[in-house]
Amino acid sequence: MQKISQKSIHKYLRHDKKFPHVWCPGCSNGIVLGAVIRAIAELDLKKDNIAMVSGIGCSSRMPVYADFNTLHSLHGRAIAYATGVKMYKPEMDVVVITGDGDATAIGGNHFIHAARRNIDLTVILINNYIYGMTGGQYSPTTPHGDKATTTPYGNIDPTFDICKLAIGAGATFVARTSAYHAVETQSFIKQAFKHKGFSLVEIISACPVIYGRLNKKGDAPTMMKQMKDDVIPIKQYEKLSPEQRVNKQTRGIFINDTEKMEYTLAYQELIDSLKVPKGDSNE
Amino acid sequence: MSNNKTNPKTILMQGNEAIARGALAAGLDFFAGYPITPSTEIAEICSVELPKFGGKFIQMEDEIASISAIIGASLAGAKTMTATSGPGYSLMTEGIGFAKMTETPCVVVNVMRGGPSTGLPTKPSQSDIMQARWGNHGDAPAIALYPNSVSESYELSIRAMNLAEKYRTCVVLLSDEVLGHMREPIELPDLSQVKIVRRITPTKPPEWYQHYPDNPKYPMPKASFGEGYRFHVTGLSHDSKGFPTNRADETKILMDRLRNKIAYHIDDIVQIENYQMQDAKIAIFAAGISSRAAKEAVMMARKRGIKVGMMRPLTIWPFPDAAVRKFLGDKKAIIVPELNEGQLSLELKRVMGGIWNYEIRKTKKIEEIHRTDGLLITPDQILKSIMEVK
Ligand SMILES: Cc1ncc(C[n+]2csc(CCOP(=O)(O)OP(=O)(O)O)c2C)c(N)n1
Ligand code: SF4
Repeated sequence: MQKISQKSIHKYLRHDKKFPHVWCPGCSNGIVLGAVIRAIAELDLKKDNIAMVSGIGCSSRMPVYADFNTLHSLHGRAIAYATGVKMYKPEMDVVVITGDGDATAIGGNHFIHAARRNIDLTVILINNYIYGMTGGQYSPTTPHGDKATTTPYGNIDPTFDICKLAIGAGATFVARTSAYHAVETQSFIKQAFKHKGFSLVEIISACPVIYGRLNKKGDAPTMMKQMKDDVIPIKQYEKLSPEQRVNKQTRGIFINDTEKMEYTLAYQELIDSLKVPKGDSNE
Repeated sequence: MSNNKTNPKTILMQGNEAIARGALAAGLDFFAGYPITPSTEIAEICSVELPKFGGKFIQMEDEIASISAIIGASLAGAKTMTATSGPGYSLMTEGIGFAKMTETPCVVVNVMRGGPSTGLPTKPSQSDIMQARWGNHGDAPAIALYPNSVSESYELSIRAMNLAEKYRTCVVLLSDEVLGHMREPIELPDLSQVKIVRRITPTKPPEWYQHYPDNPKYPMPKASFGEGYRFHVTGLSHDSKGFPTNRADETKILMDRLRNKIAYHIDDIVQIENYQMQDAKIAIFAAGISSRAAKEAVMMARKRGIKVGMMRPLTIWPFPDAAVRKFLGDKKAIIVPELNEGQLSLELKRVMGGIWNYEIRKTKKIEEIHRTDGLLITPDQILKSIMEVK
């Protein structure tokens, strides 16, 4: 992997008025921002040609720091806004930054339908198991039994496997890793950018200040170590007994299908098929 | 349907079709929508026409997604529209607020049907007049137009697209079930003579570009995604470059701009029609489908020698305050027929203020005719009111 220096990262950040950022110390969101930028730098994508679209949440604050065409939209709607951008300008690289609540609770409908269409969006989903921005209410991925400010007695809700949801809905590139695995994060994001079709990279991440505190997960480095131990390669996971699998998450690329037609290409084919052949225009 | 660009010719067209064709004439090249009676034909026609010239149509998973997609496309440079009715409009209000806050042009058509809730899907209504003004949370002015014929549906559709572009906002185009579904002859204009507001691309270097300049003139240059300007758009309160701010001074500039860009251009935005108003002692104030019955009632009353006229707002929002004062201020009585429980008349009373405080001026009167059972107000019904107040 090509090494992207700290200095070259600065080329992709906005300097006027935008720093310091809003994220707490130890938050994984910064690691993900770094990985996104490194992936973009490695692919040498043009800043002018990138649209970064987000919803609402701590994770969704990312676009304001990045020097692209940036759209901080509404809670849950990032993928719907991004669909409009991509449909109108398919030549742009459209990346969506979203959270577990943003993408799978309030935005669940948009998420599955964009996956079904296989529209070429690169969705980076930062899963911190909680609603960070609003101070720690439970999300569709908060583990069973965990504490949130709205599950004071422990969470009784079952959770989502977001990657399985995306595959079931028709996404053609689906991968998961954790913010601890920063190099893998960067690599998956890079592959997701290259993929023509709906791609999802779910990044398990640490929210030490809210989720961590509520659930006594220790400080940020401790949570990082936990991710290292708990988010394991698919092959390794498969060898484990059901008891050993408790609290473990798989990482890796679950699907990479290059056969299914991408949506904006399908629409372009439709447009082309309607073009009146030359010399045939005077009925 | 043949769309002859050079020779205007008369054809028969449906109201909803006229809205779609008008928008296309105004440069519509992106439509996202979700089917709902009685608006669906607009989406259907766009699905047929847009891909023919490289425009884009997409049926989204719901109305929230539809308004979101058109705003996204508009930021990427498209001229956009979506169409719906009451239940869908309710879902769209969050996006309408976002479009107003981020000053992103788009048009939302609301072909009104009976409400509340699922209500009367196949019956006309005018009960979303106030929702068109106050539907989104937060203070933001509204522009809403309401035609009363098929040919005017075409014209106001063009106008809605133009106003959205010029004032960088979401414009609501109201219609109703009867207007949307009826067919009337319409003379298509020579498109080369129709004024279209096109997006002006900035010439400033990107470093100097401000997406939200402090002293704007309308229309103004506006960058789109992918053109090298890399601006930021957020629904948070923002500064002139679009970056989020908590500062009171910067927020004030933003809020003042959102309000004043409408307030300072009322004359450009407001359109009214006066019918037989010169010598009228009694006036009918009516919009959309109800104004057709009103016009009929005026003719019937005039035959009986009663001096009645009609004032009709084509622009519902901003409300034509000045015109109402000017033309209705001296009338003995004003009759307001509407397919709701008094939304236009409420606004009329606001503008007339003390004059209509019955305690102060007992001789003057606002006569309200409401109907919410799914049927239209008839000319006879209005005539009866005229006879009562004369
Ligand atoms: C329509 C709407 N409902 C609720 C909120 C409040 N809200 C803001 S962020 C958020 C949850 C964010 O959680 P997540 O998407 O997981 O992102 P995180 O903050 O954890 O990164 C909520 C409920 C909102 N902004 N808009
Ligand atoms: S609350 Fe959690 S997710 Fe939000 S910035 Fe702080 S650590 Fe990060």
